[in-house]
Amino acid sequence: MSPKTLYDKIWDAHVVDTQDDGTCLLYIDRHLVHEVTSPQAFEGLRMTGRKVRAPEKTIAVPDHNVPTTLDREKGIENEESRIQVEALDKNARDFGINYYPVSDIRQGIVHIVGPEQGWTLPGMTVVCGDSHTATHGAFGALAHGIGTSEVEHVLATQTLIQKKSKNMKVEITGKLRPGVTAKDITLSVIGATGTAGGTGYVIEYCGEAIRDLSMEGRMTVCNMAIEGGARAGLIAPDEKTFEYVKGRPHAPKGAQWEAALTWWKTLKTDEGAHFDKVVTLKGEDIAPVVTWGTSPEDVLPITGAVPSPEDFKGGKVEAAARSIEYMGLTPGQKLTDIKIDTVFIGSCTNGRIEDLRAAAEILKGKKIAAGIRAMVVPGSGLVRAQAEEEGLAQIFIDAGFEWRLAGCSMCLAMNPDQLSPGERCAATSNRNFEGRQGRGGRTHLMSPAMAAAAAVTGHLTDVRDFMLTHA
Amino acid sequence: MDKFTTLTGIAAPMPLVNIDTDMIIPKQFLKTIKRSGLGKNLFDEMRYNADGSEIESFVLNQPAYRDAQILVAGDNFGCGSSREHAPWALLDFGIRCVISTSFADIFFNNCFKNGILPIVLPQDAVDVLMGDARKGANARMTVDLEVQTVTSSDGQSFGFEVDAFRKHCLLNGLDDIGLTLEKAAAIDAFESSAAQARPWV
Repeated sequence: MSPKTLYDKIWDAHVVDTQDDGTCLLYIDRHLVHEVTSPQAFEGLRMTGRKVRAPEKTIAVPDHNVPTTLDREKGIENEESRIQVEALDKNARDFGINYYPVSDIRQGIVHIVGPEQGWTLPGMTVVCGDSHTATHGAFGALAHGIGTSEVEHVLATQTLIQKKSKNMKVEITGKLRPGVTAKDITLSVIGATGTAGGTGYVIEYCGEAIRDLSMEGRMTVCNMAIEGGARAGLIAPDEKTFEYVKGRPHAPKGAQWEAALTWWKTLKTDEGAHFDKVVTLKGEDIAPVVTWGTSPEDVLPITGAVPSPEDFKGGKVEAAARSIEYMGLTPGQKLTDIKIDTVFIGSCTNGRIEDLRAAAEILKGKKIAAGIRAMVVPGSGLVRAQAEEEGLAQIFIDAGFEWRLAGCSMCLAMNPDQLSPGERCAATSNRNFEGRQGRGGRTHLMSPAMAAAAAVTGHLTDVRDFMLTHA
Repeated sequence: MDKFTTLTGIAAPMPLVNIDTDMIIPKQFLKTIKRSGLGKNLFDEMRYNADGSEIESFVLNQPAYRDAQILVAGDNFGCGSSREHAPWALLDFGIRCVISTSFADIFFNNCFKNGILPIVLPQDAVDVLMGDARKGANARMTVDLEVQTVTSSDGQSFGFEVDAFRKHCLLNGLDDIGLTLEKAAAIDAFESSAAQARPWV
């Protein structure tokens, strides 16, 4: 038998049917659902009299529209947002699917709730009407975003019509330097490959620096595979994965745990398996990075300066000029001279407990700079509770941060957490697109530690310098 | 879903690279629970000022392109969010075909589910068609899915690739779910054997 990649193995274990042109019907083990991309799909089922084929494998949670202010039990003020969340309440009830309503402490961002509750397991196929479904690849699950028509298709059939992607390997060798995190890895990879570098591929991340990451860090890396254009990102499961999964509410128990573990241990790329594309970065070469523009590929080490459009080629010249103007920057300006108005710590990229620990470590005993608006939005109610128990919440509050309830919040600004035109934000989220955090808002992506350091100084800051001068 | 067979229409040039789905339809319009009515907000923040007035320089606001049915776009069109509201908005505006050197994966899939044909062509072909689109309303392009060609207003023709299954669905306006449900027996069989092999799922 020819050697297989991890992606090949998971794919092969889920093919229901193959057509002559290579189009496959792929079985879906877990379908995650949120309120924004599902109402039209449920409406489609009702119109055709179809049922949800596997309600026990379908998990819904509202996250995009929910307010994160402490008074949210009052309800959602915006009528359209309220209707969308109410529609999910009703659809979950009518179709009998697993549901975590806003009032449940387990509610949170769908990509944080899935792993936290043990719904996401190695070797599974996981889909959701959300591009950041790639997050679940950290468990060695084949996980990717789908559109609403495909949401309806999965609800009705528990399968997806798919063509297999090509295999791409991204290896991060050696050790990371102090101050460098999973976020810096994933942004640096996108900076190196571009936002279309992964188009047509499923990426397997590997190498010592990836193995050394915690599960939280691995989720951060896989989360942004989509920003590199890849259908999915994968990391082979290992002891850390099994340790994370064990004992979670929906993880297998007893004899089933043992059986699962036996299979999971086979989920790795065979020696000599073929990759269509390979990218290698040295861990020691990766610096703390930030984005300067309006595409996640606009990545530079924090020690750098705003580029000039002439530094680029082809269509990127015009795009870079547009980005620099939109961002209100000047070519040659040092990145550390860029002053910020707002700090957002949260999102499915960096809203887990380890992210909050990293930010709190920087903020301990410090205050945010005058005039800065700063908020922490934990990724789930359980992350929030744990952070309170560990004393992190108090560190944020003492520093001057708002301590919010769980949701997507200012990552995409569908709820009231938005930037005003021209407002500049240090954000731990995943997209710096024009208007992403609010019309005219300006986003710089970075790690939680970098965002926390920026909150204290009031400008983009090299966390390594910060640690030396503020120790 | 409406069939897609041939299309002759005005093509609008959008040479910007990395046009993301947040640009195509910003998040404030994702709060709808319907598929229809998004065309007026297509490219909303590029197309309108904050007071709602039109930005004259934006291509789809120019008289020649108000009735465009084809977009010729820069690399990596449709990147970012999986929102199917992006093809819904394009379709509602009247766009049935987008031509670029590359598309983001999820957007590309979503187009086919809505009767929109995304066409990938090499850079030199896109350059020719971009030039043709820049000529305005009198320059109409023709897309023929059956023979897989795009023809510029002056008769230059370019062949393109499309998956056989997707082509079949588009040409006949077929609903994927209906087709898959014909394979219910295979899904049942898969579930039975998977329940043996991986009972914890």
